[in-house]
Amino acid sequence: MVTTEAAAQPILQLRAIEKVFDQFAAVDRITLDIQEGEFFTIVGPSGSGKTTMVRMLVGMDKPTRGDILLRGRRINDVPANRRPTCMVFQSLALFPHRTVGQNIEFPLKIRGVDPALRKKRALELLAQLRLPDHYYNKAVTQCSGGERQRVALARALAFDPEILFFDEPLSALDYKLRKVLEKELKDIHRQTGKTFVYITHSLEEAMVMSDRIGVMNRGRFVQVGTPNEIYGSPTTRFVSEFMGEVNILDVTVGPDGTATDDVTGARYLVPASAGAGPCSLVIRPESLRFVAGPGQAQNVVTGTVYNEYLLGSRVQYQIRVGEKQVLLLENLRDQRYEGDLDSPVTAGWDTGDSMIFPKGLLQ
Amino acid sequence: MAQATGIVTITPGQSARAAPEPSGWRAWLRQPGVLTALPMALLMLTGFVAPLLLVVAFAFMPPQSFSILQPPTLANFQEIFANSFYRSFLASLYLAAATTLICMVVCYPVAYAMVRVFGRVAGVLALLITAPLFVADNLRLVGWMLFLVKGGVLSGALQAWFGIATDSMLYTVSATLFGLVYTYLPFMLFPMIMGIAMVPLEMREAAFDLGATRWQVLKEVDIPLAMPGILIGALMTFILAAGALSEPRILGGSSVVMIAQDIQNEFTFAQNWPKGSALSVLMILVAGVLAVTLLRRIDLDGIFGRR
Repeated sequence: MVTTEAAAQPILQLRAIEKVFDQFAAVDRITLDIQEGEFFTIVGPSGSGKTTMVRMLVGMDKPTRGDILLRGRRINDVPANRRPTCMVFQSLALFPHRTVGQNIEFPLKIRGVDPALRKKRALELLAQLRLPDHYYNKAVTQCSGGERQRVALARALAFDPEILFFDEPLSALDYKLRKVLEKELKDIHRQTGKTFVYITHSLEEAMVMSDRIGVMNRGRFVQVGTPNEIYGSPTTRFVSEFMGEVNILDVTVGPDGTATDDVTGARYLVPASAGAGPCSLVIRPESLRFVAGPGQAQNVVTGTVYNEYLLGSRVQYQIRVGEKQVLLLENLRDQRYEGDLDSPVTAGWDTGDSMIFPKGLLQ
Repeated sequence: MAQATGIVTITPGQSARAAPEPSGWRAWLRQPGVLTALPMALLMLTGFVAPLLLVVAFAFMPPQSFSILQPPTLANFQEIFANSFYRSFLASLYLAAATTLICMVVCYPVAYAMVRVFGRVAGVLALLITAPLFVADNLRLVGWMLFLVKGGVLSGALQAWFGIATDSMLYTVSATLFGLVYTYLPFMLFPMIMGIAMVPLEMREAAFDLGATRWQVLKEVDIPLAMPGILIGALMTFILAAGALSEPRILGGSSVVMIAQDIQNEFTFAQNWPKGSALSVLMILVAGVLAVTLLRRIDLDGIFGRR
């Protein structure tokens, strides 16, 4: 879907960059190329080093080792105010003593742009971000969360950066507004054609917007790929878990390639990728389905339905297998389970829908 | 609905007694806040408002009288403006303004460093700056006198080490100004520290990231956002300095007469209470107008974290 010209020089190159605080490597020798015009998202749990990393990229911190190249030029020592990049902060950092218009015009005022031109540009940006003209004179402190978000984006766009960074700007908003703004942001990305580098702890958010996603953990990228690759073929258990709710079964793969469940002793067919030994078998709730009996799916388990959870368009079931094993099954709403709670059911999945990761592999 | 059916429903919260609500001042008095504030209010009325009213009343009494029960007159004010008493007034305002300005310039870098640079040392520094306040300012000024006087610590040292002969630096307007800056510096410094601490670090980073130079960050973000603290500091420094008494006397040797000294003279040597009161009233007016205009510009709720 998204094409990147392989021949073009990457706009931003990280060469083994490292940031060490008191012997702790918050960012641990990361090498990465970001392509011109790309929407690249860095995803990771808190403490994974993503904020440290972006602070180095915008110039607010210096890497302990390694190089940052912008269009081939080393920018390690260029301070933030002389880099052609800018960032939308998590707190947005709008100036409370200035109006919406003055906030948007700030980068232009700094450059000494003529006031009339400044105002013209600010009004253009208000229109582009679908804020009414009269907001120009509105106090920033009187704007709603979503409006402030747009003002912050307008201010960053007024700067006309070559790369626009975002540090979890949507995390403080409610779910519904977040969903709207995610899509708006992707539209703005398309309109402007600029390179966006976005940080979030939500892989779901990253999926919606990004051309490529880098999943970070403990200062390193665990996997970098398109949203499809990250969702469809995660390379580690950490990535597969990070996407959301998954069923993880502890299994032991035998020499014949089949797996034995460490808890129930059941035998499963697993993808061939794993070698023999202890593994984690990951099955997404939506890959599990109710079946009439053995033979209807490549792998089946028998248990009881403990509870039902309605999720709007979808519905989830908690299935208990024996005393110790709990599985989560997700169906579309129109495929609701008709039986009683606690009655025996059979659930199954196809081997191709499951993922298997050897234990002890770098998480 | 209730009217249509003729049924009156009583919601559980409603009292069946339906005692008539006490009206007017009784109701007002019944609020818990009013009663708890009463002792403090009485104290303020007798200890603060009453003397102030007494001063105002005396200001309109005939000169050299000791009763407030005479027909009011503007004679005191006329005399003040006719007999160049306004000079000490202007001297006070001028010196207070100069003190405020100097304190501002001196304190900003110190305050900034204490908030952003010094870290833990800042606490020690704050203690060192406040410690002298435990000694009466008269005593501290006498200390400065020994330092600055001819043949004192400063001129003696200059003479002994560098062979520079200096005249006495005491009893000049500059010495007065120095004394004022020295005494009132903490009153500028601490509100300023509070103001600077209120500027979010991210706000500065954002401005920097959007291309601002250090000076632009200072001008566009730091100073405007620290303004409440700066204004409160300026107000305190100005009002205290304008009413200063010991500095122009001890260090200035009355080379410049400030208003407080005039007022004190009128109440003591001259035994002219009405004129002293009139001078006080003028001073209170200036300070009051200044305080009200400045405080209206400051968002006190923001400072006290009520927002």
